[in-house]
Amino acid sequence: MITDPFTFVGDLLREFLIGLGLTPPQASGVIAFLGAGALATAVLLLCFLLIWAERKILARIQDRIGPNRVGPFGLLQTVADFAKLLTKEVVVPSGADKLLYYLAPPLAVMAVVGLWAVIPLAPNLVGTDVNVALIYLISIGAIGTLAIMLAGWSSNNKYALLGAFRSVAMLISYEVPMVLALLVPTMLAGSMGTVAIVEAQRQMWFVVLAPLAAILFFTSSMAEAGKAPFDLLEAESEIVAGYNIEYSSMAFGMFFVGDFLHGFTLSALTVTLFFGGWLGPYVDQYSWLGLIYFLAKTAVVYFVVIWIRGSLPRLRIDQVNSFNWKFLVPLALSVVVVTAVADKSAAALGWDRTLALFVANGLLLLGTVIALQLYARSQRRRFERSRPAAAPAPAR
Amino acid sequence: MSDQWLFIALILPLALFMASVPIGLSRLIGPRKSNPAKDAAYECGIETVGDTWVQFKVQYYIFALVFVVFDVEAVFLFPWAVAYEQLQLYAVLEGILFILILAAGLLYAWRKGNLEWI
Amino acid sequence: MTLLQGVFVVTALAAVISAVMVVASPRLVHAALWLVVTLGAVAVLFILLDAGFLAMVQVVIYIGAIAILIIFTVMLTRRVMADSGPQANRAWWLAVFIGIVMFAALLALLAQMPTWWQATPPPLAASADFMIEDLGKSLVDLDRYVVPFEVASVLLLAALIGSIVLARPPAETTGKTGPE
Repeated sequence: MITDPFTFVGDLLREFLIGLGLTPPQASGVIAFLGAGALATAVLLLCFLLIWAERKILARIQDRIGPNRVGPFGLLQTVADFAKLLTKEVVVPSGADKLLYYLAPPLAVMAVVGLWAVIPLAPNLVGTDVNVALIYLISIGAIGTLAIMLAGWSSNNKYALLGAFRSVAMLISYEVPMVLALLVPTMLAGSMGTVAIVEAQRQMWFVVLAPLAAILFFTSSMAEAGKAPFDLLEAESEIVAGYNIEYSSMAFGMFFVGDFLHGFTLSALTVTLFFGGWLGPYVDQYSWLGLIYFLAKTAVVYFVVIWIRGSLPRLRIDQVNSFNWKFLVPLALSVVVVTAVADKSAAALGWDRTLALFVANGLLLLGTVIALQLYARSQRRRFERSRPAAAPAPAR
Repeated sequence: MSDQWLFIALILPLALFMASVPIGLSRLIGPRKSNPAKDAAYECGIETVGDTWVQFKVQYYIFALVFVVFDVEAVFLFPWAVAYEQLQLYAVLEGILFILILAAGLLYAWRKGNLEWI
Repeated sequence: MTLLQGVFVVTALAAVISAVMVVASPRLVHAALWLVVTLGAVAVLFILLDAGFLAMVQVVIYIGAIAILIIFTVMLTRRVMADSGPQANRAWWLAVFIGIVMFAALLALLAQMPTWWQATPPPLAASADFMIEDLGKSLVDLDRYVVPFEVASVLLLAALIGSIVLARPPAETTGKTGPE
């Protein structure tokens, strides 16, 4: 029990159910159902904590205190907010497509909760170990994109539709570097399954073997989740809340929940794919340590996400698109090519794999920085050429 | 293999249901006082002018198209990446050729100015 | 009726009914969304056939890219709220007749297979664990599919360049195309 509570509880439940008269497959089915329910509930309830944490950390970054009235340290603030949202009126705009209007928020939440099904929390604790987990992640993201499209269209509002288009355009653009970055852990682990990828990091975390891929995945996931500096889609000063203009009360609340949860989920994914998931000292003997390591690492990455949100200014839509197609996608393609070549060459020439990949990534980073400097210089020259007579103003 | 998907098949509808419950609850608990002004589409406080439609911008279409091409490319590359460890160098180079051909396409789109957001 | 058969029947019905709704929906955007349901049902069928990778590819490419493209096109080129796509033209009985004939022909063809009326799908040639690896190796194996693999990339390149050329007339490379 001490060493592996998850298997212990699972076996106990199974024996209990078979004792009740179910056949083994039926018992597995019931356990899967209970597990799915537990995971979905845990993840959704976690949002209360996440929203509080984000507000508190952002507040400290902005040199203020944040919620501290409701409950100790303001912990119950989110509960109060949701209670308030529950009692507000759900205003359905006239002419809206009712079914799609109500379908969109749960669909958006489903798209994020579904991601947790393939994230390994501890050595024997994972929703399911499908061997196509990485593509499953992308496909669930695609459903999230669809949900936004539905929201924008079904609101019968020009600005919602426009906001939805811009959102979807940005989301599908950033899926490209994300998918390409996902190729690198696949190559290094030889499988698309998340459990296999965590196991393959026993020697060395993938963040050391492929730092650029990690940064790429992290950045493009942040854009997918709509976190700053990519949060122009819900910026009140821009397009007035974009696709969720016409949503009020809990319908809006569900979008909000899905959004925050996505930020935490992407931290969990980055940890699983690049920072060794639940790996840590003594984790094979005591598997519950794996859960603690996983949560700790995810919390650190989530902190970095909030840190970036509080520090960087928002990007404009054209900057967002240039950044993606002119920088991230070529970089992603180069990372895949360089990793593929470096790993095979290292194996062929007998060099140490970690060193070879690390050096290759370093060289690629160097090349990228040089390329950026040359690009900046050419842009500056073009700018100066177009305004040659701009003499500096006389000093007062 | 299908039983591995059972968990996913269970958690997705469950999540959908769990997210619908607060919305249903809110419809029950919240007031329901609809009036024409409240239900009208929001346009920063003024009356809606014209039909609800968005001007066609070819930009959206081009981004979606480039995305489709790169998505298909990435999907082709996934089996290659899974088999990567057991491939010889020439097989790896074939995959890289695949990538480079599409990188050329990206370069073309870039030079033609199709990656701008106007 | 095993669970597998039950799930198959439900999914197949969903696929067929949503396909009919794609054609019969009065509003074009609804038709596009019914298409998404059809594609999702096909993905579930792939899963039932133990082809998880193909199921995910179906969702990622068809629903995540192509359906979004179709929805973009529909929403951008129609007065969304006031549109009414054609539901039926005068020769619809001919279309139904041809559909039934083709269905009967396909059924006759399938009935030639000895195991076509089986309760479970036939076992796969390669073990499920190594299927994707095998697929990957076959894509670059000189004796198997390397030429179609590279030709596919050229095809994608042609599609990319062709669509860019079609969507943007060469004379108009800069300048506004409209408000916003």
